Amino acid sequence: MTVTEPATDQRIISYNQAFNETLRELLATDPDVFIAGEDVGRYGGVFQSFAGLNKEFGDMRVVDTPIAEQAIVGLGLGAAAMGLRPIVDLMFMDFVMVAMDQIANQAAKMKYMFGGKATVPLTITTTGGAGLGAAAQHSASLEAWLIHVPGLKLVYPSNAHDLKGLLVSCVRDDNPTIVTLHKAMLGSKGPVPEGLYEIPLGVANVVREGQDATVVAIGRMVQFAEKAAEQLADEGIDLEIIDPRSLLPFDTETVVDSARKTNRVVVVHEAVRNGGIGAEIAAQIQEEAFDYLDAPVGRVGAPFAPVPFSPTLESEYVPDADDIAAAVRATFNR
Amino acid sequence: MAATKKAPAKKKAAAKKASGGAKASAAQIPKEVLLDLHRRMVRIRHLEESLGRISTEGKVPGFLHLYVGEEAVASGGCAALTDEDQITSTHRGHGHLIAKGGDFRQMMAEFMGRSTGYCKGKGGSMHVSDLDLGMLGANGIVGAGVPIGVGAAFANKYRGDGKVTMAFFGDGSTNIGAWHEAVNMACALQLPIVFMCENNEYAEYTARDRVMAITDVADRAVAYGMPGVVVDGMDVVAVYEAAVEAVARARRGEGPSMIECKTYRYYDHAGVQGLGRTYRSDDEVEEWLARDPIDLFEAQLASSKVLSKAAAKKVHDEIQAEVDEAIEFAENSPWPDPTTDLLTDVYTEAN
Repeated sequence: MTVTEPATDQRIISYNQAFNETLRELLATDPDVFIAGEDVGRYGGVFQSFAGLNKEFGDMRVVDTPIAEQAIVGLGLGAAAMGLRPIVDLMFMDFVMVAMDQIANQAAKMKYMFGGKATVPLTITTTGGAGLGAAAQHSASLEAWLIHVPGLKLVYPSNAHDLKGLLVSCVRDDNPTIVTLHKAMLGSKGPVPEGLYEIPLGVANVVREGQDATVVAIGRMVQFAEKAAEQLADEGIDLEIIDPRSLLPFDTETVVDSARKTNRVVVVHEAVRNGGIGAEIAAQIQEEAFDYLDAPVGRVGAPFAPVPFSPTLESEYVPDADDIAAAVRATFNR
Repeated sequence: MAATKKAPAKKKAAAKKASGGAKASAAQIPKEVLLDLHRRMVRIRHLEESLGRISTEGKVPGFLHLYVGEEAVASGGCAALTDEDQITSTHRGHGHLIAKGGDFRQMMAEFMGRSTGYCKGKGGSMHVSDLDLGMLGANGIVGAGVPIGVGAAFANKYRGDGKVTMAFFGDGSTNIGAWHEAVNMACALQLPIVFMCENNEYAEYTARDRVMAITDVADRAVAYGMPGVVVDGMDVVAVYEAAVEAVARARRGEGPSMIECKTYRYYDHAGVQGLGRTYRSDDEVEEWLARDPIDLFEAQLASSKVLSKAAAKKVHDEIQAEVDEAIEFAENSPWPDPTTDLLTDVYTEAN
């Protein structure tokens, strides 16, 4: 378990700026790193996440590709197997489904199928989550799909500081990794050190220490959990919040230790509850800490429907602080 | 037959039909290259026939997609490459690995699921591969090797190392989206790659004319802005000459080319149960068998006094002995150990 404490005298920049800066620093320091994807070159990306990089590093290092997700991942995979460290962008997480053969059948399995000979230092970046009115095909949260695939690694940073450290670790990792940015957090700001640093994959962050109940929150849900903690504090419930940061590998130990301490756990994610990563985390907790639990592990996730468009529907659909607080209270009503 | 040099934009008629032109030019190819082409084909034929035989004895788990009949394509293609160049392959990948220099022992051990195999028994027939030989996989997903080949070609261009990638695929692959995505990307980025189609007229068990409205896959090349030629895929010299030209073009930085080799798969899509006569006419099968790539080439080599019938037989015998020895090696090799091998190689561990 580690507790990350960003120093308060650090620069404050946005999540999106942290992403851009990290890419620039990686390109500048490692000649094997290149970026490829739709609109990432001359235009700088649909969210301007790649702004300025093509101009600075040229067309071979920041590559505009056709709209062809299978070929984009294949481009990265083939180049990675040849020893480069490609970063390929899939713009919206929904497009992961378009490229799933190259991700799950090819990149993830290559090492094993080849008896260990292949090394695939490929990083895929994408933006997940709802909140921008992007509707059912531009708002996906597919963590559960991806953690089901042996050979992959998956991170979901909840703040700018972690985004930088996790992205660096993923690019330097010798396995296919997926970095999911939350598109509704691109403008959110926080302290970010200059220069490259790594946050190890598979190490959770205890965002808030507490004694009475644990919330395991993923991605954007971390900030909602923090709001829920404020509400619950007024009611005398001292909430512990764990941000796994890395979903594959997953830091079961930190979560289970917390469950043993607080005896109550709620898992929160933005994807639909059914078959979500919360089910896996809840199962791991009951396997490791059943006798410590005072209530069933609660799960907060989206209802079982595609992400809706209209703001009234979307805001109801996405879990929020009230939903989290209610789920925590429910663990006391046993 | 030579690949066209016409500009892609004017190339509607660029996909030329197979002709006997290559035979005339075989005389200009050095003897050692001709013998090398022959040897590669014979190596494929003997390994595959023996593999088929031992599979009927229950010695080979899983599915087998044999390359018999298509030897001229892998041999002519790979002979145009250096050891450092890369290839990507297909379901029917044994021939590509052999033509790229694959070792019989490690191949047989892999097919039989032994720990001494190329993939330590974790890949089998559909994934047998050796990255050290520049082979980025056989592949269980139709068409999926082509995007990976494009990535390797990108790495070559990125590094400026002069290497070329040859992506092998079947006619059936050209109907899947990933193939089109990858071919277009390679042409857009002008990558050093040769798209090598082995058109055996059947996508699994379904005839090409039932699933495609064109006769020549090479017609698709013009849509992406690259030259596409059709060659007789039973004529190893024709394949080799077209490959040499396309590889040279890629190495010069002039971008991708496509070669369509008209060939034929003797056995069924999978297995060795027969020659697929339930969905192929006897006449059709006989017509192709009469144009066996090894028989044709040996007749040429004998008539041009490059390799006598007796000398050819000696090559066959030597190679068969090597195959037999490889089978013995594989049969005597240990199985992978579930307690130590099952969960290794899923991830690359950090140093």
